[in-house]
Amino acid sequence: MTAAFVTVLIAMLGGAIRVSTPFMFVALGECLTEKSGRVNLGLEGTLVLGAMVAYAASYHTGSPWIGVLAAGVAGSALGAMHGSICGLPRVNDVAVGIAMMLFGIGLAFFFGKPYIQPTAPRLDSIPLGFFVDDPSLKSALQVNPLFFVGIAIALALAWALRNTRWGLIVRTVGDSAPAALAMGISVNWVRLLTTTVGGFLAGVGGAFLSLSYPGSWNQGLSSGQGLMAVALVIFARWNPIRCVYAAMLFGAAGAIGPSLQSIGITQGYYFFNAAPYILTLAIMIATSSATHAARDMPGELSMAK
Amino acid sequence: MSDAPAVTSPAPVLQPAGAEATRSDWVERLRASSEYVAIPVFAVAVASALFALFLLAVGKSPADFIAYVWRGGFGTAFSFQNTLQRSAPLILTALAVAIPARIGLIMIGGEGALVLGGFAAAALAIPMIGVAPPMLTLILMAIFAMLVGGFWVGLSGFLRYARGVNETISSLLLTYIGIAIMNFFVEGALRDLSNPNKPSTKPLGDAYMVGKIPGTDVHWGFAAGVFLCVLLYLLLERTTFGFAARVTGGNYRAALAQGLPVGKLIVTCSAIAGACAGLAGFFEVAAIQGRANASLAAGYGFTGILVAFLARHNPLVIPPVAILFGGIVASGGLIQRRMDLPDATVLVLQGLIFVVLLTSETLYGRFAFFRPRARRDRT
Repeated sequence: MTAAFVTVLIAMLGGAIRVSTPFMFVALGECLTEKSGRVNLGLEGTLVLGAMVAYAASYHTGSPWIGVLAAGVAGSALGAMHGSICGLPRVNDVAVGIAMMLFGIGLAFFFGKPYIQPTAPRLDSIPLGFFVDDPSLKSALQVNPLFFVGIAIALALAWALRNTRWGLIVRTVGDSAPAALAMGISVNWVRLLTTTVGGFLAGVGGAFLSLSYPGSWNQGLSSGQGLMAVALVIFARWNPIRCVYAAMLFGAAGAIGPSLQSIGITQGYYFFNAAPYILTLAIMIATSSATHAARDMPGELSMAK
Repeated sequence: MSDAPAVTSPAPVLQPAGAEATRSDWVERLRASSEYVAIPVFAVAVASALFALFLLAVGKSPADFIAYVWRGGFGTAFSFQNTLQRSAPLILTALAVAIPARIGLIMIGGEGALVLGGFAAAALAIPMIGVAPPMLTLILMAIFAMLVGGFWVGLSGFLRYARGVNETISSLLLTYIGIAIMNFFVEGALRDLSNPNKPSTKPLGDAYMVGKIPGTDVHWGFAAGVFLCVLLYLLLERTTFGFAARVTGGNYRAALAQGLPVGKLIVTCSAIAGACAGLAGFFEVAAIQGRANASLAAGYGFTGILVAFLARHNPLVIPPVAILFGGIVASGGLIQRRMDLPDATVLVLQGLIFVVLLTSETLYGRFAFFRPRARRDRT
């Protein structure tokens, strides 16, 4: 019993690292976008398109890192589209997000059909478990470099938001558009830029899905990770560092199903697979309030009010 | 609740500047409300043009595409009846978006309520087959599907009111959870072991299926959808309940200040929405599939979102828009075979229309032509 429990724990640790990476990238992108006072619900579509573009680019060029870059560029394009549409007066950013989600998924499925069969070169993982003998721990410690890239981006983002002129501009735009206007800042330009960069990060998160874990392109690759990441940002109270912790927690929840399967518990597989959704909902219920806005929330944010 | 979606605001109230203005009152009224037709039509035209460019870019002929949509969706009596059949769940899932939208909520949980409603109907029917008379079974199935669907979306509404949980995210999360619940039972306790191909519940059998509308090949779900559209239109526009709901959607604080039962209104509207989607699930199970399985999650809930937005959340406009999209969905197979395009082509078209449509929100009030003359003269 104890052995099985340890196996599950180790598998969950490995799973938390693997599954959390796309969450982390999408959450960081969304965090930046929301810091400027806009919500992009379309990141689910960006994630799927990023996964498909990365796989296709990696297949054609033979270099997975070009795939990662291509996914980022595709994500930026979708982000720029969302950012510029929402810059028009009287356009609702949440609704546009839903539309962009359908559009991104549609594009990914349309162009992705020929890439379901072939195998593209994947991103290599760093074997950090070289000092242990236990094979399951060894495989759990196969960490993808993108995981560390994500943490580095989180640190850089947290530092830049707090300490740089650009960070101040983004936070001003997010907290009070009139104040930003009075300072002579173009609110729409800043939001366009943050949405574009947010789209880039979400695209890279998608690249992780198709090039590392699960590591292939198919139509069922992402099921709501992009959306859960939006909820995760609320939970992380718009702080990039806390986004990383929250992503790890969600990764662990997402790894429960596969971990239990690895020791032969298949009963209730679908139920455990729904764990991340249930966790997200539970967290949202626990952290939201009907009477006042969430703590640290950017003042211009249209949702969660 | 300031993130209210673009809800059809009533046509600007006319204030005739004098006796001469009353003469052409209805012309002005027509002119002002034609904006709500002209701009969506323009948006669809722009989206179609963009889609034509997209097809040209991938080396396909837009003319062929239109011809196949016509042939596969509207051209023959058979294909048109198929279209009506497919528009039934779209009408109901569009209602599931439109009703909460009138009270200021963007609910996108129709897919989950459809899946759970359909599954609940099938699960209820299994012990009743061969025991209870078909008519009674079907009525109980429909009621149960509506209750389950209503509970599922009502939950999002309740969380919004009681805990301030964002309803857009919670309703979509509940969709994933709902699909997982159905898969859990369909692959486990309620699986029909005699069917090795696809995990499904036991079939209902022909005697326990919903029939066709006499003289057509269209099942009763279409009629139920149109009936509900009229009923809910009357509820929203001609009752105090509907008025209170629209006031809440227009200005949440004002509704609170007026002492309106905001919580009850929100939960009721959400539950009605879920009941509509649940009923769609019932018809998918009892009129099309004959059993509950993963094919219930066919994306009708998501296309319904687009239909509701295109109809500007007006229940009376939903059926024609749903028929249009039902035709596009129905012709998907033909397009896939004849033009060698992936089945996601329809998804791209829908996404484009949706994006352009929401972009066109910015055009309202920009054209002098649609403004009442009295007001135009003053500006």
